[in-house]
Amino acid sequence: MATTAQTAADGGQKPPFPPFQTETYASQLVSLLIAFVALYLIVSRIALPRVGKTINDRQAAIEGDLAAAQRLKDESDNALKAYESELAAARSRAQAIGAETREKLNAASEAERKALEDKLSVRLAEAEKTIASTRETAMSNVRGIAAEAATAIVQRLTGVVPDGKAVTSAVDASLKG
Amino acid sequence: MAADPIQQFALKKIFTIGQIGGQEIAITNSSAYMFLSVAVISLLMLGTGRQLIPGRMQSVAELSYEFVASTIRSTAGAEGMKFFPLVFSLFMFICISNVIGVIPYTFTVSSHLIVTFGLALLVFCIVLIYGFYKNGLKFFKLFVPSGVPLYILPLVVVVEVISFFLKPVSHSVRLFANMLAGHIALKVFASFVGMLGAIGFVGWVGAILPLGLTVALTALELLVAFLQAYVFTILTCIYLNDAIHPGH
Repeated sequence: MATTAQTAADGGQKPPFPPFQTETYASQLVSLLIAFVALYLIVSRIALPRVGKTINDRQAAIEGDLAAAQRLKDESDNALKAYESELAAARSRAQAIGAETREKLNAASEAERKALEDKLSVRLAEAEKTIASTRETAMSNVRGIAAEAATAIVQRLTGVVPDGKAVTSAVDASLKG
Repeated sequence: MAADPIQQFALKKIFTIGQIGGQEIAITNSSAYMFLSVAVISLLMLGTGRQLIPGRMQSVAELSYEFVASTIRSTAGAEGMKFFPLVFSLFMFICISNVIGVIPYTFTVSSHLIVTFGLALLVFCIVLIYGFYKNGLKFFKLFVPSGVPLYILPLVVVVEVISFFLKPVSHSVRLFANMLAGHIALKVFASFVGMLGAIGFVGWVGAILPLGLTVALTALELLVAFLQAYVFTILTCIYLNDAIHPGH
């Protein structure tokens, strides 16, 4: 092959067109076979699995990271929700406690007021009774005094001691009138 | 710089390793660039880190992995992923060897028809073997499109059979011709720069245009290097899809 080119160059004539030098075909095919089989083995056994694994690992890492981010987001959302419901529960509890306390205080003051009123009405009734009895006593005293005065007046005017009974009935009649 | 634009494709023997059927088997500059491509790919795919947050080289490795994987998934479906190592090897081998070939003074492995034909034939044989292994005789449905009127069906079948057997040819010639033509054009413009520069001052001024064109063509070749690797890969996926799902 190369010898042909050599002799052609030496002979000074135009060398044959190299791609059509059929005597080189066997050599080129053997070289191509060796090179391509070696390349195929390297590529299929080592290179492609390696690069493919790297790419898949990266894909998995990206997906894992995205899933983790989503999970964390969900967690924070849930925490926020729990916080809000907790807050609402606490608020309603506080309101309940406030209402209860208010009611209790109202009831207590009401009871106190009632007790006080009862006590006052009892004393009022006692006082009224006292007043009534005092008035009765006073009235009966007035009767006696009036009768005595009438007796005395009649005695002074007439010089005669009037009949006690007649005086008493006259006083009664005048008191009634 | 050699003036002959064909000289860059010459094979130079490094040493002979034996003979098969009267043919001399030698390690040539082409072999060296094939092994170099394999080494570069291995370095790229294995020498980079495995960090969670990738560095630049690791990104390139992962990008090529996902690029080829998505190409297979979109053209051959999830079932096509069992051919992932093969398709990945093809894409990386062609792409890296093409990109190495854009560097001046290097050799482009895929500028030789036998190399691209070898790769295309590999795909063709895998399609044929896997197609019959998986589908049995149903694989012949590939040649009988559904919904074609009966009276033109024989014609369609003949066309389908011919196109099926021409696939490895078109598959390989496309890559080979693109790389060959691009490198010849690049070399022609680059040699203009050398020739004009040898004239003198007027030549230097005149050399500006071909120099600019050489730079632009190099950029284009870089695109073509990747694009042809991608085209070869996507055609491989389409042929594999035929083997997996023979019904049109």
